Amino acid sequence: MAVFDGPLLVEARSVIARYPEGRERSAVMPLLYLAQSAEGRVSREGLREVAGMLGVTTAEVEAVATFYTMYRLRPTGEHLVSVCTNLACMLRGGKDVYEAAHEAADMAHGQEISDDGMITLHEEECLGVCDFAPAVQIDFTNHDSVTPERMHELIAQLRGGEVPAPARGPKMESFRHASRVLAGVEPAGEARA
Amino acid sequence: MTLDFERRLTRDWDDPSVIALEGYRAKGGYGGLRRALEMSSADLIQVVKDSGLRGRGGAGFPTGMKWSFVPMDTGKPTYVTVNYDESEPGTCNNRELVERDPHRLIEGTAITARAIECHTAFIYIRGEYLWQGIVLQRALDEAYAAGLLGRGIAGSDYDLDVVLHRGAGAYICGEETALLNSLEGLRGQPRLRPPFPAVEGLYASPTVINNVETLMNVPDIVTRGADWFRALGTEKSPGTKMFTVSGKVERPGNYEIPMGTPFRTLLEELAGGVLGGRTLKAFTPGGSSTPMLTADSLDVALDYESIAEAGSLLGTGAIMVMDETDCVVAAAERMVQFYAHESCGKCTPCREGSWWATRVLGRLEDGYGREGDIALMHDMGTNIMFRAFCALADGTASVINSSLKHFADEYEAHVRLGHCPLREAEALPAQEVAS
Repeated sequence: MAVFDGPLLVEARSVIARYPEGRERSAVMPLLYLAQSAEGRVSREGLREVAGMLGVTTAEVEAVATFYTMYRLRPTGEHLVSVCTNLACMLRGGKDVYEAAHEAADMAHGQEISDDGMITLHEEECLGVCDFAPAVQIDFTNHDSVTPERMHELIAQLRGGEVPAPARGPKMESFRHASRVLAGVEPAGEARA
Repeated sequence: MTLDFERRLTRDWDDPSVIALEGYRAKGGYGGLRRALEMSSADLIQVVKDSGLRGRGGAGFPTGMKWSFVPMDTGKPTYVTVNYDESEPGTCNNRELVERDPHRLIEGTAITARAIECHTAFIYIRGEYLWQGIVLQRALDEAYAAGLLGRGIAGSDYDLDVVLHRGAGAYICGEETALLNSLEGLRGQPRLRPPFPAVEGLYASPTVINNVETLMNVPDIVTRGADWFRALGTEKSPGTKMFTVSGKVERPGNYEIPMGTPFRTLLEELAGGVLGGRTLKAFTPGGSSTPMLTADSLDVALDYESIAEAGSLLGTGAIMVMDETDCVVAAAERMVQFYAHESCGKCTPCREGSWWATRVLGRLEDGYGREGDIALMHDMGTNIMFRAFCALADGTASVINSSLKHFADEYEAHVRLGHCPLREAEALPAQEVAS
């Protein structure tokens, strides 16, 4: 079954049209986000179809998809929880928050998805929120100055089917929804602010 | 010293109305663009040269001079690319500048485009800045709707499109040539220079790449002039600079100060001093890739020249503060892990060297340090520095070299005691030796 089909194909064309004529290849990054929004990750078929739309090889698209951490090529939970443990956050307890996230999600280190399919955990590099360390992102929306206790609450809410309100900006309903916003095709991202 | 100056980049931070176009215009916003549209390209470049504005992204290169390197008669289009990939650990001032005042970036971008006769500009924003991208896209949409972007901007016959391009989590894309590759739909690996981007940048065309803070200074320079800009800061580092202060301080945050302000003033007056009244042990003046300094440098003036004299770099103005309870070896391990993770893999000293350095730092911190490990770290630092294609590897080496320089005793104590001197001694599992 095609990943880009119907409305998604129309959106893909609008993404390509952002770039100058003859420079369509520049659209590979937003198109990968769009593929990710449809499948909750980037599949082989997604890579193939992006390549087809841009007139490049699947290997060339895969080379890009594997370079950047925000594209997930393996199965991913409903929500992606990222915890920064880089120095500014580490100095304020980021590593304890990362451990708390594992406890709260009942996940072992290296486990990709929680047993209920809700959570994927990611140890992050600097998220650019050093003024509110330790920094956590849920589906790329920020939660500030997170303590281990707060991390437990956030994960419990997610596992209960509720998305906690971020410190700034709108909620993302899921990792897929965030991927749509990142592709730049989701104006509703604003309406929910 | 008490800080008393007229804030520039942050002057409207207390007024959320400027986030919308109407509020920004009510404060004179886009006046600089109107003026720029009446000026010649040469005059625009000259006023920015005269201001002495230097790139705020780390290198400190004179902005007007960078613009002047762009040939406008090659028959190819010219491009402006805004580097909003802010990823240097400890840095988040570009994030807040745009959150609170997005139109100032758009105005600065449009003026820059006008200066090099560019009709398509790109803003490359790091992927993790999802919300900031929404803020910026909303501001772009407003500017288009008001005729400030698109065909015939601000009533002139000048056309300009600005496209927001989101990254996807790669520190290296802040390196300007890696950013260009990423924008062209390739892996974000640095390019060989020359040719420099000014001559062959995006799509092999003349390109200016500027940092967000740099461009946000431009509207005021155009409306108020070079002398006004030079009234704050130092002779060689004019203007104000944004600093992010994080780690062990009472009030972490982004602060604007005149260039040349002593670190002590920033730390004590604005950031509230070291957390809990503890003692300053070490700090990075410009992000994790700049050599760390110690309490001996508490009175260093924060400008390009003074920090260089003290043995480090202004970098992105990201000051991460450590106190006496923080272990330098643990901090170095975590910073080097970052460079190992973010190495694009192109060059052996960076790809392999940073990884091996994490192994040695890790075993030192965990109590398995060996005789000779410190000499090994010296050897690695020396062999990584300046031996790779781009400056990412130098960041790894800076962490290693500067921590060894200032804290050799602490490294030695890790080996001698068989555990981190700042942690309680733990019983080590028998036979388990990390190699």
